[in-house]
Amino acid sequence: MSDKEKEEKKGTNISRRSFLKGVGTGTVAATVAPATILVGDPETAEAQVDEAISKAEIQLNINDQVVQIEVEARTTLLSVLRDGIDTQGDYVDLTGAKLICDKGECGGCTVLVDGKPVYACMMLAMDVQGKQITTVEGIANGDELHPVQDAFIQHDALMCGFCTPGFIVSSVALLNENKKPTLEEIKEGLSGNTCRCGTYPFIFDAVETASQKM
Amino acid sequence: MEKFSYVNATSLKQVTSLLSDSGWGEVMMIAGGTDLLAELKEYIETPKTLINLKTLPGMDSISADASGLKIGALTTVAEIAMHPTIQHHYTVLAQAAASVATPQIRNVGTLGGNLCQRPRCWYYRDETVSCLKKGGDLCYAVEGLSKYHAIFGGDPVYIVHPSDIAPALIALNASIKIVGPEGEKTIKVEDFFTLPAANPFRENVLEPNEIVVEVHVPKPNPNTKSLYLKAREKGAPDFALASVAGVFEVMGRTCQTASIVLGGVAPAPWRSTDAETALTGKMINDSVSAKAGKEAVKNAQPLNDNEYKVTLTQNLISRAAMMAVSK
Repeated sequence: MSDKEKEEKKGTNISRRSFLKGVGTGTVAATVAPATILVGDPETAEAQVDEAISKAEIQLNINDQVVQIEVEARTTLLSVLRDGIDTQGDYVDLTGAKLICDKGECGGCTVLVDGKPVYACMMLAMDVQGKQITTVEGIANGDELHPVQDAFIQHDALMCGFCTPGFIVSSVALLNENKKPTLEEIKEGLSGNTCRCGTYPFIFDAVETASQKM
Repeated sequence: MEKFSYVNATSLKQVTSLLSDSGWGEVMMIAGGTDLLAELKEYIETPKTLINLKTLPGMDSISADASGLKIGALTTVAEIAMHPTIQHHYTVLAQAAASVATPQIRNVGTLGGNLCQRPRCWYYRDETVSCLKKGGDLCYAVEGLSKYHAIFGGDPVYIVHPSDIAPALIALNASIKIVGPEGEKTIKVEDFFTLPAANPFRENVLEPNEIVVEVHVPKPNPNTKSLYLKAREKGAPDFALASVAGVFEVMGRTCQTASIVLGGVAPAPWRSTDAETALTGKMINDSVSAKAGKEAVKNAQPLNDNEYKVTLTQNLISRAAMMAVSK
């Protein structure tokens, strides 16, 4: 971290007025404060009232690993997973979640946040601090595939495979909530994912097979 | 997406105060972000600051008692769709929420965001088009492609309001609590939405420094049957081509009262008093329900590509009326 950045990190006491004034004239308005203080800490909330964050070093819990990374306010969870470089200088390198539409329509980037399927392209990284993030890489138990993954192989439930990670994650989420879904429930549960190759019937079969093994 | 800075909200007072320092667009609020982030990515909005509402305490729950429901604005759409009391006593609301987008969006999108989401019009969403809605001169739907546009109340902007939940809330006679720098006020959800003739740039009465905090839904009478019918282009999740939120008080096959609010056909949720009048006090059968559908669309003004919505709306209303008295 440069001296200048360190200096910026210290200055956490700007007022709302001066902050907004700064924004208006296009100067560097926001300072960086340690994110651990900023998020959900009622003790310090009052003192931090008007704190604006443009960048912060945050900790994310991804597949039971802690990832320490500096992000901008606009950085999405998907950007962190695919392109992020942590504070050690290593790539996060979780490219299972795919960047396809980048606007919450195709499902290729589906991950679990606290067990619920969400689009990683439509989540800000800062918003998922303190939450349990599971990507497709975290679905298997070591070398042992999850029943959903096994069933996708068994049913040949993919053609080009680009949508597959998203479908796997959505299928796991569905079966965690509903052990024996009907075909209609499977279709509804996977309705946020799109397969351009049209392998849907095989995917639905795979989920049904997996439901029998879970 | 342009850079912005992020403020984790700690109180409503702080939020309205921050918002008061700018007009529209400089400082914006974000909750689920499923609509706003898409707008930022397309450069439709380029705020300098986002206020993160998710850190506000106590605004994400549903409480139900004998008088009705209170739903915090940060409650997710999924929570509304899955809530047993809502499914049972406020069926139209649960069905409308369940019809919103996809599981992934419903897990993140909030009630407040659903009500305040911006239109889906392809001219509005195109960053290269400066249409009337964005301060330009023309609503391009009038001469351009208008398949998904308004058949009621359009002039001079022919967007349709994309919310499914809003028509359901209006049909249930719900109210909305709004907080601004001067304090709070509660108005009918029906009065929350505005037509472009009043203000072509916005879809509701909110001032730049006001925030939706809660919705209150009075408990329907026991003889109420309510339902939400939504027509989409295909089986997959989508916004409504047309939808009907219907709340009926029925006795046998007789409709004592009818509250019918349409989605997807006007720049605001569109109450059809013509359909309500055609059904109220009547024994519902094929011809009465067909007449109600017909009455509802008699003043429709379709554009070049959306005449199909007239027939679609008419048939949805007829079907809703028949379903209200079946079983």
